[in-house]
Amino acid sequence: MPPFRRPLRRKRRVLAVASGGGHWVQLLRLRPAFEGAEVHYATVDPSARETVAPAPVHLYPDANKDTKLRLLLTALRLAVIVARVRPDVVISTGAAGGYLAIRMARLLGARTVFLDSIANTRQLSVSARLAQRAADLVLSQWPAVAARSGAEYRGAVL
Amino acid sequence: MIFATVGTQLPFDRLLLALDTWAAMHRDVPVLAQTGASDTTYAHLTCQNFMDQRRYADCVAEARVIVSHAGMGSILTAIEAGKPVILMPRRADLGEHRNDHQRDTAAEMAALSNVTVVEDSTALCQALNAALARGKDAKLAASSAVAPTPLLEALRAFIWSEEVTPAPRRLGPLLRA
Repeated sequence: MPPFRRPLRRKRRVLAVASGGGHWVQLLRLRPAFEGAEVHYATVDPSARETVAPAPVHLYPDANKDTKLRLLLTALRLAVIVARVRPDVVISTGAAGGYLAIRMARLLGARTVFLDSIANTRQLSVSARLAQRAADLVLSQWPAVAARSGAEYRGAVL
Repeated sequence: MIFATVGTQLPFDRLLLALDTWAAMHRDVPVLAQTGASDTTYAHLTCQNFMDQRRYADCVAEARVIVSHAGMGSILTAIEAGKPVILMPRRADLGEHRNDHQRDTAAEMAALSNVTVVEDSTALCQALNAALARGKDAKLAASSAVAPTPLLEALRAFIWSEEVTPAPRRLGPLLRA
């Protein structure tokens, strides 16, 4: 069975995914773009709930490529989150968790975009490079990085 | 109050030690540090390993100057609050991070008017003295808490697009498995 695309609804449900720190702060700066959609957040820090209330916040364990076992737990948790939320669109500002969410949401027919962190001024992050094989759209916030890497440039969070 | 923040993932004792030295010579200025994974104690800093988002925002709002590693969360939060921020990038050769991307980030962010980039403890102390000498009246424009319009419009268009793009072929075998 080939991957399918769910019929488009008039409403859009967006799952916005970011790890802690700068990834999360950059995601927050994108909030006006979500206006009119039903937004769910997935992140690693429980105190994010207060920041984006009343939007629902789903938590996953933080991990990176150096913490392989935790990464597996992250993947399992994100699979549950994606299956429950059933997003039409997934937007992530990284890092590893965002890539994993995109990969799984894609299997369920969601459209997905990965915005690489503005911190990656010279080259795409590992997560962004992985996302290039899974996401509909991978954006860099630096025109030169986009030109070199095959990512696209649509502006920056700052 | 000076607020220092080094993120949550990795220790950054070079920054904290420099700040502790400065604080020892400036007992009248309280220094609060969010120290993350560091387990060193500092005599002249009020340390807290982790903060929730509200507490962190409150500390940034109260601070006269922010001293930070070159992490984007710290930089963006300081800029949004219109605070002067002194960045000390982590160095991979000192085991402070997996790679040197913070040095690249700091070099780019140095163009912002509230940002001063320092490489060592001497420069950090000088930058702190200079920032405090500018006084409370040095008005820094609190910058917008949202991304510029072009990026927001691009993402809004993506969310509401009616376009159905073909799924990548790589996922085919994965689904059949």
